[in-house]
Amino acid sequence: MSSYFPDSEMKTESPVSGVSRRDFLKFCTIMTATMGLPAGMVEKVMAAVENPKRPPVIWLHFQECTGCTESLLRATHPTVEHLVLDIISLDYSETLCAAAGHQVEEALHASVEANKGNFILVVEGSIPTADNGIYCKIGGKTAMEILKDIGPKAAACVAIGSCASWGGVQSAYPNPTGATGVSELLKEVPVINLPGCPASPYNILSTILYYLTLKKLPALDGEGRPVFAYGRLIHENCERRPHFDNGRFAEEFGDEGHRQGYCLYKLGCKGPETHANCPSILFGDVGSNAWPVGTGHPCFGCAEKGVGFHKPIHEQAAVYTVAPPATYPDFDEPKGKGIGVGAALVVGAAAGAAVAGGLKFSKVLKESDNSEEKKN
Amino acid sequence: MENLQPLGGKIWTKPFKVLTLLAVIGGIFIAKRFIFGIGSVTNLSDGYPWGLWIVFDVVTSTALACGGYAMAMLVYIFNKQEYHPLVRSALVASIFGYTLAGLAIFIDVGRYWQLYNVFIPPYLNVNSVMFEVASCIALYVLIMWIELSPAWFKQRYGKVPGWLNKIMFFIIAIGVLLPTMHQASLGGLMIAMGEKLSPLWQTQFIPALFLITAITLGYAMVVFESIFSANQFGRPVEMKMLSKLSRFIPFLTIAFLVLRFGVIAFNGDLGLIFRFDLAALMFVIETVLFVFPVVILWKPENRQKINNLFRAAVFFVIAGVLYRFDTFIIVFNPGHGYRYFPAFQEIMITVGIIALEIMLYMIFVKRLPIFPQVKHA
Amino acid sequence: MNLDRRDFIKVLSTGVLAAAGAEKALAAEVDRYKRSPEAVGILYDATICVGCKACEIGCKQANNLPVEHSGLDEYHGVQNIWDSAKDTSPNSYIKIKVHKDSSTAKKDQFENGYSFMRTACMHCIDPDCVSVCPTSALIKDPVTGIVSWDIDACCGCRYCQMACPYLIPKFEYDKAFPKIEKCFMCSHRVKDGGIPGCAEFCPTGATLFGKFADILEEAKKRLTLAEGAEYSYPQHTLDSGKQTPKKAAKYIQYVYGEKDGGGTQYIILSAVPFEKLGLPKLPDHSSASKSEGLQHTIYKGMIAPAVVLAGLAVAAYRSTNQEEKEG
Repeated sequence: MSSYFPDSEMKTESPVSGVSRRDFLKFCTIMTATMGLPAGMVEKVMAAVENPKRPPVIWLHFQECTGCTESLLRATHPTVEHLVLDIISLDYSETLCAAAGHQVEEALHASVEANKGNFILVVEGSIPTADNGIYCKIGGKTAMEILKDIGPKAAACVAIGSCASWGGVQSAYPNPTGATGVSELLKEVPVINLPGCPASPYNILSTILYYLTLKKLPALDGEGRPVFAYGRLIHENCERRPHFDNGRFAEEFGDEGHRQGYCLYKLGCKGPETHANCPSILFGDVGSNAWPVGTGHPCFGCAEKGVGFHKPIHEQAAVYTVAPPATYPDFDEPKGKGIGVGAALVVGAAAGAAVAGGLKFSKVLKESDNSEEKKN
Repeated sequence: MENLQPLGGKIWTKPFKVLTLLAVIGGIFIAKRFIFGIGSVTNLSDGYPWGLWIVFDVVTSTALACGGYAMAMLVYIFNKQEYHPLVRSALVASIFGYTLAGLAIFIDVGRYWQLYNVFIPPYLNVNSVMFEVASCIALYVLIMWIELSPAWFKQRYGKVPGWLNKIMFFIIAIGVLLPTMHQASLGGLMIAMGEKLSPLWQTQFIPALFLITAITLGYAMVVFESIFSANQFGRPVEMKMLSKLSRFIPFLTIAFLVLRFGVIAFNGDLGLIFRFDLAALMFVIETVLFVFPVVILWKPENRQKINNLFRAAVFFVIAGVLYRFDTFIIVFNPGHGYRYFPAFQEIMITVGIIALEIMLYMIFVKRLPIFPQVKHA
Repeated sequence: MNLDRRDFIKVLSTGVLAAAGAEKALAAEVDRYKRSPEAVGILYDATICVGCKACEIGCKQANNLPVEHSGLDEYHGVQNIWDSAKDTSPNSYIKIKVHKDSSTAKKDQFENGYSFMRTACMHCIDPDCVSVCPTSALIKDPVTGIVSWDIDACCGCRYCQMACPYLIPKFEYDKAFPKIEKCFMCSHRVKDGGIPGCAEFCPTGATLFGKFADILEEAKKRLTLAEGAEYSYPQHTLDSGKQTPKKAAKYIQYVYGEKDGGGTQYIILSAVPFEKLGLPKLPDHSSASKSEGLQHTIYKGMIAPAVVLAGLAVAAYRSTNQEEKEG
């Protein structure tokens, strides 16, 4: 801590204005934990946050409901003003910009040119591709054109929400606009998918801070999602899992099992096939135990491609696991006992004695045979 | 009737003391088995529920104890009286082989206090090969003791009761029928194991193969025991008789091999021999061991040498024992990851039982008229 | 020497005759048992099993079985699993096992996939265990067809374990007064019109209890489904009214247990080859039918043994008389 307090005097104010030191430390600790970094990394995270050179962020909106931004705005760890004013330099966001029209377009392009190759591009919303993408236009340009123009100039791209990650609700059958995720269209720079409807604000904060702290992207899974947030199935960490394991299921809404908090699998919970950290950090930072399964509704799989908006809400989940758990026995589980030391000794000694005895005895008999022959 | 007489001599000899020690150790482990369960002394598992005790103490040891049966068949059924002097000592060896097999069954079955259910309605199950084996063995043990009783009567009262002599022919007939049935059925036990046993062993003729090897084992054991006990008790070897008797070993072995290979060929499974797996390896080893005694004893002049008789008998015993171990344990493969090798304590119980068997044999031949009187030249 | 050869040939020909009889008997005893029309059964569909092990819990509750530890946890490098039998055991009548192939990316496919399998008593039509039991301790109910075990009869010889092709009967090796334990399809519940604990607890309908004829029909119906076709899988029983709508997997066109080992009352559907799921390839008849066939031929009415005994007695009488005269 000494590096932060050279005068060795405990400051009550953090370097970030308006936040108490205590709250700041708490924030950094939470972020560190969410990213799955060791506790010792808190200092580095603090240093990254306090770095006066804030990374420029450009936030594009396409086909979406602004739910991801809204949920981020309501996050309290940190507050969004802290985020946009102190941690990052949010150079462009249609929702948060005070300016409008040509003025803001200009700001966007100025920032893109100024920070070429350095800024983080955040995309919210899917990109319509049907009919040359005419279903979503900003400043006369289609979403496809905007992404093609700005995307390759970014250092990295974060696709926030299920829409930007894999198409989201707009990609539901019959998908009239040809809604597509960012990673399908933008191949020039790394794309980090943060699916969820809306995406958990902590996951985007953690991703950005990870980048700021370690100057590299977090480890991603095959779907381009940070492993620290999407590495596990909801089913694996679910607080109702013991009920699943014990065969206790809510049969319908409001029945005795449902009141008892039994597993919601039979009501169509998609936890077994959805990767997200909702059971651990809950949903949207709205309060204790507040995530769908916690409130008694089955997870509907908003974060998982091909599940949310694609499967009927009350259809039973296919139990999708990357690998079945190790603790099921195999068919050829080693069973029974093999040779032991004592047994080996006894058998060896007996066999040895028998062979030696037999040979000796055979020799005796041979001699007697010989003497017989001589006699005859 | 030739003169039989007790060998006499001290019982409490040095080998006897060693055997006593082994028997006591076995006894301690047997006590442990009854207090803490079968698993506390054995490596038996749900995949290998039959281990050393069944395979050696029951299946193999009764086959090795077929001397009495094989000799009785030869002497009384095929009326070869010249072998008569060998009958009683073979019978004594058989008695202990069988009686202690019964004891071993008692140790091996889990719910021994209900063992009598095998024999009583409504529980007995005539469909079970086990029923046939159990009742035949139980009855045969009884029959053998009756067959031996004249020795005791003669020793105690100087003569055998007339009524016993009168019914003896029937006792002998039953005493030949029963082993024929149950030695075949010991192989028949395996038919129900179906696919768990390699087709090189699992054939519809497995009862016949078990029966032939059991009879041959009987002759081999008579040769072996005669030579060995002659040496141990300082008696001359009945060379003429043994060399004549030993002819049956190659004949029966050839019958066995012809039948075995014939059935395997008929079933179209000969190719399995050329697979380099455990079953093929064991099959080849067995066959080689079976061929040895045939080669050794084939020429009549070879049968004149005591060492040849001994070697052939030993090879056949090893082959016959291995055949049984292969069938029940080594090649028997329940799958599902099971493996088995007898545990130390399990082996020691078997060793203890064998020790007890030898001790009883020694007491009997020393105290009862079992062996023919040595005619001093 | 001539005489001996004749004897030798005699012995050999007797053997051949006996063998010929055996061959005939084997054919005779096949197909001797049929399922009772009232037979009950379980259909296990591995493609809709989610591996939740609720059936194991249901079984333990229905039969008051304790949890157990068998070293499975250490073997797999995880610890403190509260119930970890490696296989069905005296305390676990059912075990959900898994087949895994390399990357295990997808359920119900063989390569790079995985599949669950529910190991439990198959309740054979012609059970080897019942046939071989020397004390009739294993009984097949003539009406329901359920194979159960009689504590008052068993002598603990474990022949049933040796004979069972599925390795189902389990023996309490760690007890001084051991029992054989196996699934008996909750006959105490079925008797009163109930259903087995496993079928009651299964959330997907992977374990489906019913009259055997009905579940076989259901199984055959499922085999006609195209891969990906929507199907409402009934839960617990065919007429429970509860259903799991699901897309059908690519079934292997075979109902395991319809004929295997003479047929079973617990039948299985899967998308992964059955032999990979611990189910042996068996002929269409039980091993017991073979051994019984042999037994019944040789010992039919005890005629053959009686004839042989008579012959032996005559021979023995002649030789003992001769012996006495000589002696």
